[in-house]
Amino acid sequence: MVQLIVKAENLQKNYNGFPAVAGIDFQIQKGQCFGILGPNGAGKTTVVAMIYCFHPVSGGKLTVLGHDVNDDPRAIKKRLGVVPQENNLDLELSVRENLLIYAGYYGITRDVAEKRAGELLHFFGLSAKADQEVDKISGGMKRRLTIARGLIHSPDLLILDEPTTGLDPQSRRLIWDHLRSLKKKGLTLILTTHYLEEASQLCDDLIIMDKGVILDDGKPAGLIKKQVGTKVLEVEVEPARRNNLVGSVEHLISGYQLAGSTVYLFVPEDETEAVKVLNASSYVNAFQVRPANLEDVFLKLTGRGLIYEDDDNLENHRHAQTS
Amino acid sequence: MPKLHKLALCYLPVNRWALKVFTRNLFVFRKTWTTNLAFNIVEPLLYLAALGVGLGMLVDDIEGMSYTQFIAPGIVATSAMWAAAAECSYDSFVRMHYQKIYHAIVATPINLREVVTGELLYGTFKSVLSGSVIMVVVAALGLVPSAWALLTPLVLVLNGMAFSQLAMIWTGIVPKIDNFAYFFTLIITPMFLFSGVFFPLEVLPPILQQLAWLLPLYHIIVLLRSLTMGLVSIDLIYHFLWLLIFILVIFPLPQYLMRRRLIK
Repeated sequence: MVQLIVKAENLQKNYNGFPAVAGIDFQIQKGQCFGILGPNGAGKTTVVAMIYCFHPVSGGKLTVLGHDVNDDPRAIKKRLGVVPQENNLDLELSVRENLLIYAGYYGITRDVAEKRAGELLHFFGLSAKADQEVDKISGGMKRRLTIARGLIHSPDLLILDEPTTGLDPQSRRLIWDHLRSLKKKGLTLILTTHYLEEASQLCDDLIIMDKGVILDDGKPAGLIKKQVGTKVLEVEVEPARRNNLVGSVEHLISGYQLAGSTVYLFVPEDETEAVKVLNASSYVNAFQVRPANLEDVFLKLTGRGLIYEDDDNLENHRHAQTS
Repeated sequence: MPKLHKLALCYLPVNRWALKVFTRNLFVFRKTWTTNLAFNIVEPLLYLAALGVGLGMLVDDIEGMSYTQFIAPGIVATSAMWAAAAECSYDSFVRMHYQKIYHAIVATPINLREVVTGELLYGTFKSVLSGSVIMVVVAALGLVPSAWALLTPLVLVLNGMAFSQLAMIWTGIVPKIDNFAYFFTLIITPMFLFSGVFFPLEVLPPILQQLAWLLPLYHIIVLLRSLTMGLVSIDLIYHFLWLLIFILVIFPLPQYLMRRRLIK
């Protein structure tokens, strides 16, 4: 029997009449790493802030850990941990003291808190820094400490709002390793991110949001297969001939995206036929084949991140056909 | 009726959760108190020295007190007022806005009303502490003739709570930390100058005397001066009640403003 950790039904949030979250439904199961993907302003942070009972919901129903968020926020907050987008550690205190003070908010006794803090510092590789002032440790360490702090009361659910934004690639990978081992231990995770690699590395299930609505949901691999296919052809072509190119391969692709002088062709299964067409074409300058990834899904669904020319025709064409 | 019920909710956060927020601040204070407290103590003593000893040479006794004796309780009250006002304005704003400590705490079982209440308790603590220390110094200088002065901390609790709340109201409103200058220039400084610290209010025109009745610090100073001089009468109850009612009436306001500010 699968246990539901979060259930959102027609969940809405308005800020002064502006719909930041416009009626979305999703479910998060126990032990899952659930990703909320979207560009800045998509409503990701608003969704998680409603889950951890910071912002009240404007409409619909949101059940977290068996409680309605309107009824008993305290009962919910006792059993979930939050890693916010911005570090909000106690800068005047040491690494260890940060954990102990936070444990106090949950009413954890000093003995238990000391033991738990020691375990977490060890797990996150911070034992050597335990007595350092937080102000003096690196950005990656602050991030790990913030995650450790969110786990001090052994929650059933950990919410991470853009956990690796602003970190260097090495620190980011270290945090992914830690999150993976937490997941192995059976912890349920909610992760918002705009790093697509992060989502594909960590998430079992995800929703892609933009402008307060869910554009699609599913498992990363399933979403790629469904929205894009298996392969992507990146084609360099004269801007004036883009329409010709798309026309010549239309029957072989599931969709396409335009970005400057590059055309991305999405190939559902086998790219051999499309490659033949490109090789024979006179106006293709260069092209390469690569596996489709979440980034393609994201760009296809949101149309963001790519630079379009101010050309109505091209704008209209960018709505890729799904086969 | 439901409105009244909602208002009653504002007094519930005086609870063990708010105490955890207070404890957190106290923990940080234990690491930083040396720099923190010295600043709060040195300044009032400078006032006492400059005005009491310096200006006092030119001033006759007031109501049977030497000028230094006359201003001493006021210096105790104002230093306690400044301590509360500074703690719940600049320091609270830094915790709320720059360090995002409030956000960190409300992710735990503690809610924002309790965070605000904990901050007020801490502001009150800082205020009582610096006021009491000054009182001890002033007593050591032989400026406190009556044992009634032992009730000082009790009066300082009212003082600390009143000014912590006034400051927290501004913290709930101001867009930028610089805007606290208005709070100090328009509210705290006039309070400091016109509540009867430096001269008896009887020398003012009657209309200004009546206006002083509206200032919380005026009532604090009446209470403290009466206690330190041993001039205790039943009239003091009115000043005590004035302060108590003031504190209870504005108590919901900081919570309301902070919720409006942070929770969308």
